[in-house]
Amino acid sequence: MRLITHNMLQCHVKGCNANNFPLELQEVVLEQEEAEMNEDFLRNMLTKIEYDALVATCLKLDINDLPATIPADAAYNDEFLQILHRVILETHIKSGKMVCPNCQHNYIIRDGIPNMLLAEHEV
Amino acid sequence: MSRPEHQAPPEIVYGGEEAAKYTGNSRIAAIQAEMAGRAVELLNLPEGYPGFILDVGCGSGLSGEVLEEEGHVWVGFDIAPAMLEVALEQEATGDLFLQDAGQGMAFRPGTFDGCISISVLQWLCNADKASHHPKARLMRFFSTLYSSLRRGARAIFQFYPENDDQVQLIMGCAVRCGFEGGLVVDYPNSKKAKKFYLCLFAGQEVNGVKQQ
Ligand SMILES: [Zn+2]
Repeated sequence: MRLITHNMLQCHVKGCNANNFPLELQEVVLEQEEAEMNEDFLRNMLTKIEYDALVATCLKLDINDLPATIPADAAYNDEFLQILHRVILETHIKSGKMVCPNCQHNYIIRDGIPNMLLAEHEV
Repeated sequence: MSRPEHQAPPEIVYGGEEAAKYTGNSRIAAIQAEMAGRAVELLNLPEGYPGFILDVGCGSGLSGEVLEEEGHVWVGFDIAPAMLEVALEQEATGDLFLQDAGQGMAFRPGTFDGCISISVLQWLCNADKASHHPKARLMRFFSTLYSSLRRGARAIFQFYPENDDQVQLIMGCAVRCGFEGGLVVDYPNSKKAKKFYLCLFAGQEVNGVKQQ
């Protein structure tokens, strides 16, 4: 799973509706995989990304490349888009877990695939 | 031949052997790709617009390949681990999740520019466990899907409805969750080629302008 997708996830356990984002990454193994740069796609996603959560998540993973605040000209700032591309589209979480900051539910990631299945009482 | 969704839950029907067979069969793969292509077309995204697209019941990633070819970035989930394993072997380019559509989804509001789903929706009408209530599962699915789509986005479901009641049940749930839409039937006069696409619209675009 790429970091862009992690940024779009919140906990979906029944009744867990507040403080359920971002899911905290723990014990993760990361892998870099090259991907073709697509500026239009990045521009499309700029309005959807929760930037502060992204930066905070990255810092915990020792990824320090992103500026603390999003540049005002982000959509047309080539240098920034390059970094963003590398971080959110080329960084894959291979294994580990995502822990909900609210209800502490653990979503286990194996072979890059998070297990989002819930127990009956959590639905 | 009985319908696969009447035999067992999907994660059982599409277990290891069946997952490999399903993906290895070039005729099935070609039909899947054709239906995925049609679903992407029905998404009606602006020409050259690279979207972030959800594939519900992505299986081994056949429909994801079509999304990829159209320049989209995709995320898919499936309830059958064996299918996801095949997707990994095939080096699927989308992010994969092990997930049950009937339990709802965990994506933030407005995440996706569209959603496609090939041959999955009829499975949601089953009660595979005592705790499964098809209507409740459909409602959870559609309500969380509606929220995960940006306003104005579409969700296109190719599916095999069993009868009119099933279509009404599905449509009724979708509408109660905020969707508008209807059924598109391709090749209506061919018993073999006839295909159903449920086309759902998640509200209106703000001020008639595409949100960038
Ligand atoms: Zn939670």
